[in-house]
Amino acid sequence: MADTEKVEVKKKWKKRSDPVVIYKKWCKACFICVEMCPQKVFDTDRDGYPVVTRGLDCTQCSICWLHCPEFAITSSEK
Amino acid sequence: MVEQVSNVTHKYLRPKKTFPNVWCPGCGIGIAMGALIRAIDSLNFNKDDVSVVSGIGCTARIPVYLDFNTLHTTHGRAIAFATGVKLANPKLHVIVISGDGDLLAIGGNHFIHAARRNIDITCILVNNYIYGMTGGQYSPTTPFAKNASTAPYGMIEQSFDPSDLAKSSGATYVARGTVYHASQLSRLISQAISHNGFSFVEVISNCHTQYGRLNREGSAVKMIQWQKEYAVPASAAARMTREELEGKFVTGKLHEVFRPEYVSEYQKIIDKFNEEEEENRQLQES
Repeated sequence: MADTEKVEVKKKWKKRSDPVVIYKKWCKACFICVEMCPQKVFDTDRDGYPVVTRGLDCTQCSICWLHCPEFAITSSEK
Repeated sequence: MVEQVSNVTHKYLRPKKTFPNVWCPGCGIGIAMGALIRAIDSLNFNKDDVSVVSGIGCTARIPVYLDFNTLHTTHGRAIAFATGVKLANPKLHVIVISGDGDLLAIGGNHFIHAARRNIDITCILVNNYIYGMTGGQYSPTTPFAKNASTAPYGMIEQSFDPSDLAKSSGATYVARGTVYHASQLSRLISQAISHNGFSFVEVISNCHTQYGRLNREGSAVKMIQWQKEYAVPASAAARMTREELEGKFVTGKLHEVFRPEYVSEYQKIIDKFNEEEEENRQLQES
């Protein structure tokens, strides 16, 4: 019982920690997602590309992947 | 490559095309393309039942990436080709996607006459106020007193309002959206595709590389957020005066009427002649 619960919790945690996925090969670092995210989920890494740093704040509002001109952002929940 | 990212848009992209796409980082054309894909997906069309036609320009690169029946035609003649496609196979959902220089400058006559004929074509105009690909020359929609590379002291010509032009030319569905309001845009495009008759959707987009640089309007993000401030919904605009609306643009569904459609009227003539021929044949046989 305890083991299955643990696994479920782990799965949930995994899901929550990565709400949107950025496919870096297609990204051109235009910062539309960084600037338009209402929850400020994204930060920029050393190369200037956006990365998800505050994934727990994500509310799946779909603004980032509706406005991504390169189709590089996908949601893992929707 | 495509399998790694699962999204609605990726179902309709050509898998063999090299990504990222050709547009500048942050260009609104990519957002408009995503809205178009989502609109077609919401209508549950088969990929073979859709035909996307375009001319020349930045916006005309869209069909290159789309996995439908696509045509990439000569400058300004996208509607002429689309009329042929629609008449040859009336079952197809023909979508013309074009830029402001392509559709209004060199293809202006094709545009107004297709609207007058009321042929069942969906026409999407991505309006970024300038010729982006060729170096920032002014286009018919460049606003008065704005700079372009061929108008370094400011534009002295008055500009077109594409939606008003379409409405007065006889288009039966006219709407305007922006790339900031992306979900509203895909809703408007799906309405336009399901409308029977010439439907026209104007998409206000950003060209920060040419227009934004020459007019000091800032980055792509700033230009897209500018659209949010200056867009007025059609329901709110009805209550506003002319002075309040100056410098702003109305978004949403602007005009919808129902008139006889060209392809169905043409089919009626064909049916009439076939009937007459049959009668003549029966008379000759008897």
